[in-house]
Amino acid sequence: MGIADITFYAFAVTLLGAAFLVTISRNPVHSVLWLILSFVSAAGMFVLLGAEFIAMLLIIVYVGAVAVLFLFVVMMLDVDFAALKGEMARYFPIAAIVGVVLLMQMALLLGSWQEAEGALALRQAPTPDLDEMHNTKALGMILYDQYFLLFQVAGLILLVAMIGAIVLTLRHRKDIKRQDVVAQMHRDPAKAMELKDVKPGQGLG
Amino acid sequence: MVGLEHYLTVAAALFVIGIFGIFLNRKNIIIILMSIELMLLSVNINLVAFSSFLNDLVGQVFTMFILTVAAAEAAIGLAILVCFFRNRGTIDVEDVNVMKG
Repeated sequence: MGIADITFYAFAVTLLGAAFLVTISRNPVHSVLWLILSFVSAAGMFVLLGAEFIAMLLIIVYVGAVAVLFLFVVMMLDVDFAALKGEMARYFPIAAIVGVVLLMQMALLLGSWQEAEGALALRQAPTPDLDEMHNTKALGMILYDQYFLLFQVAGLILLVAMIGAIVLTLRHRKDIKRQDVVAQMHRDPAKAMELKDVKPGQGLG
Repeated sequence: MVGLEHYLTVAAALFVIGIFGIFLNRKNIIIILMSIELMLLSVNINLVAFSSFLNDLVGQVFTMFILTVAAAEAAIGLAILVCFFRNRGTIDVEDVNVMKG
């Protein structure tokens, strides 16, 4: 067993263990931290597979953005998680049955699975030799060329998600004073201020 | 020697753990969202494993698109969650009946 195999098994065990702990943790903050561990070990597996760019993307996008978003929400919301966790024991049997049945189905599939005859001939973009092009460059070559439309649509999805999230969570509070820039800019000094010549001893009466 | 089947097994187990998490935490929508992320991750592992063992880069390109959709889904899901919590004061899935569906 080579060092690559040992690394694979270490990452696999960490990934599955952390993923299981995500589901059974009592404290959702711990769940998020286990989620981060499982993403990092998945990134390690991707490096083993030779997909370095995807591995780094996984760490940046998931650990850097999604997991921090989860952490933010978990800590921001004042939720009584103990009450939500209380009925976990009641759901355990059905969850275990569903999980075991699904796992057996997948094991059956994996047992009878075999590669099709012409699979290698049907490849859309064969990976270039590592000596002439590294993973990131090869990905960029087909992403910005063959899949340019899908790339643009992915950007559009992110834009819609960003606007949607802002619109959903934006809240205008009525009970505080805010700056009204338009009113400030259209303010006319001549109307806002009036000079009066007050004679001595008379007042404005 | 670690082959394609090893990676497929890990991905299948991860997917089952995700399903298990959804059924186990039926009331806590935050953990349900995390389980969905785990299931998407298992799909990504499948795609990258096939991409690596068949020497086809398209799998990695589609992994990127799944990553994009997963990030957008998490952002929108958590925004809805924050919005819902602000209105109802709870995130219990059983209380989600505002639309009387």
